[in-house]
Amino acid sequence: MALSGFLAQLLNGVQYGLLLFLIASGLTLIFGVMGIINLAHGSMFMIGAYVAFLVARHWGSMWLALPAALAGGIVLGLLLERFLFRYFYKREHLDQVLLTFALILLFEETRALIVGNDFHSVAVPALFDFSVPITAGFSYSAYRFAVIGICLALAALLFFWIERTKMGAIIRAAAEKPEMVDVLGIDARRVHMTVFAIGTALALIAGVLAAPLYSVYPNMGDGFLIICFVVVVIGGQGSVSGAFWSALIIGLVDTLGKAYAPKVAGLAVYVLMAAVLLWRPSGLFGQQRT
Amino acid sequence: MTRLAGNSVSRRSLIKGSAALAAATAVPTGWAIAQARPVKVGLMLPYSGTFAQLGENITHAIELFIAEKGGKLGGRELQIIKLDDESKPENAPQNADRLVKRDQVDVLIGTVHSGVQMGIHKVVAESGTLTIVPNAGNVAVTRDLCAKNVFRSSFSNWQPAYGMGAAAAKKGYKKAVWVTWDYAAGAESGAGFKEAFEKGGGQVLPNLTLPFPQTNFQPLLAQIPGLGVDVVGSFFAGGGAVQFVKEYASAGLKAPLCGSGFLTEGTLGAQGAAAVGIETALHYGDGLDNPKNAAFRKAFKDKAGREADVYAVQGYDAAQLLGIGLEAVKGKIEDEANLYKAMRAAKIDSPRGPISISPAQNVTQNIYLRKVEGGLNKVIGVAVENLADPGTGCKLA
Repeated sequence: MALSGFLAQLLNGVQYGLLLFLIASGLTLIFGVMGIINLAHGSMFMIGAYVAFLVARHWGSMWLALPAALAGGIVLGLLLERFLFRYFYKREHLDQVLLTFALILLFEETRALIVGNDFHSVAVPALFDFSVPITAGFSYSAYRFAVIGICLALAALLFFWIERTKMGAIIRAAAEKPEMVDVLGIDARRVHMTVFAIGTALALIAGVLAAPLYSVYPNMGDGFLIICFVVVVIGGQGSVSGAFWSALIIGLVDTLGKAYAPKVAGLAVYVLMAAVLLWRPSGLFGQQRT
Repeated sequence: MTRLAGNSVSRRSLIKGSAALAAATAVPTGWAIAQARPVKVGLMLPYSGTFAQLGENITHAIELFIAEKGGKLGGRELQIIKLDDESKPENAPQNADRLVKRDQVDVLIGTVHSGVQMGIHKVVAESGTLTIVPNAGNVAVTRDLCAKNVFRSSFSNWQPAYGMGAAAAKKGYKKAVWVTWDYAAGAESGAGFKEAFEKGGGQVLPNLTLPFPQTNFQPLLAQIPGLGVDVVGSFFAGGGAVQFVKEYASAGLKAPLCGSGFLTEGTLGAQGAAAVGIETALHYGDGLDNPKNAAFRKAFKDKAGREADVYAVQGYDAAQLLGIGLEAVKGKIEDEANLYKAMRAAKIDSPRGPISISPAQNVTQNIYLRKVEGGLNKVIGVAVENLADPGTGCKLA
């Protein structure tokens, strides 16, 4: 296999992994801090992608979709937390799964009413509609470099926020020992709303970035959601850095697997997950509970 | 065949068009009533959603042919009943049932979407209603699932790709790979390409695929330099085709891209410079120089207000095929044996050139080699003359 091909596949793996991280970071925080298994998180990704499609169709370029996804995601996350999820923290996981599954149906039906069930492609923004030669025989899409750049920048911001701010410290504490936060007299509701808003906004942004790469189609969030749960399990619930490294590992294993061993690639990430669960049941970066 | 267009809100619309209602006869006798009852033609086509324009073009062409014949085929008036199938496979059996049982159509013409076609096929294989397929290319309809009452005026997915494989081998290419979506049309076209290319002395590697309708092509493209192929064939359509052609061009690969004609059909505007020079094979193309095509294109444009395309041609030929059958039985559509016999023997002067019907009741036709030039799919030669689908598994003698 040519070196240029391998290089391109590495880039593809990194790009896919970073996109997974944007979705999985919200998923892992929501799961870690509030104990909610949020199946509707994939719908947020789907909504982001359709926002990109609608914006691109209307204005010819999808850039406006990024600020829209950020703002819309924050508002949507706040509303969902305030009016729905808040009442489910103390309920069983089965109730939460029912609620979030119902949300998937609601979001998909709404999508069908507004834009129908067709699949659509979204043009790569003109600014990045060229490619960069990486070797003599192969060039790599500039847009994918841009996606890698944007994801890395968002990841850096997220790390700064989690590791260096007071709110970040509280969230880390809440993810590890939820009862401690209550004892310390911190307003848990504010923490919850913040986590939901940020997590939802990141998933919407991931959807916007993904739209030109994967096109938009009904239920597109489902496949990404499942793989993101794998990311969360491998990384350890509630751990943002765990989600980051495990998303990269999954991205590379999946992409390189599909390129070099297509017959077993579909299974590879799940075998990896099973191995991690046997070896470190709380994930690679999760707090080991004994 | 998938083509992306602006979407429209899904709607279920049953449009009853009484194209040529029987003229009011003063005091009809029994004989007159029997003769006057028009032949009911059900058009089950997409009139909304992604494929709406394909359905409309097919309809325009059918109406055009009937109008050219003075509103009658074989001396019988025709009543057209339109049903929007919305390209929804899940509603297909129910929709087909509605035309067959409630409206009691004598002929069903439909449809565009392969999945919907399977629904129609289930219903008409049972009811025995004469059916003409004006687009959907799934091979099964004229192979193992073939039925004596089901004809196709378009193509099988295997045909254009077979033509491309033959043309690529003739050019001296030795090693090829087929890139496509992981679904029936992709596999069926890949099989056609492989069969012809290997018959011509070349070698085809296992298909490179991605799930339908994803457009994450980069991981596939990155594999191509390492495969050592000297040509890449592909089947994509609509928005997927636009993006694939553009990404292929910008990847700077050495192997030229070719494909089934749908790769550059109706997409050239969006593909721009990336598509220039790409060769594809299809049963129709731009600049086909024959009088029938010229006359058809002019008449179609007068009626529909836009240029004819391959879908319009397929619709026109569906109506021509029905016309030949009805002429032969003088409008007595109830005379099934002779109707089918005449249709099976039909020699049709199509805008795409002369066509006939294969034993499995698919179209036998020229597959043209086309090259993208100046925003057109210019016909540059015939890839395979009079190509019939093998009809494997069909028991119709």
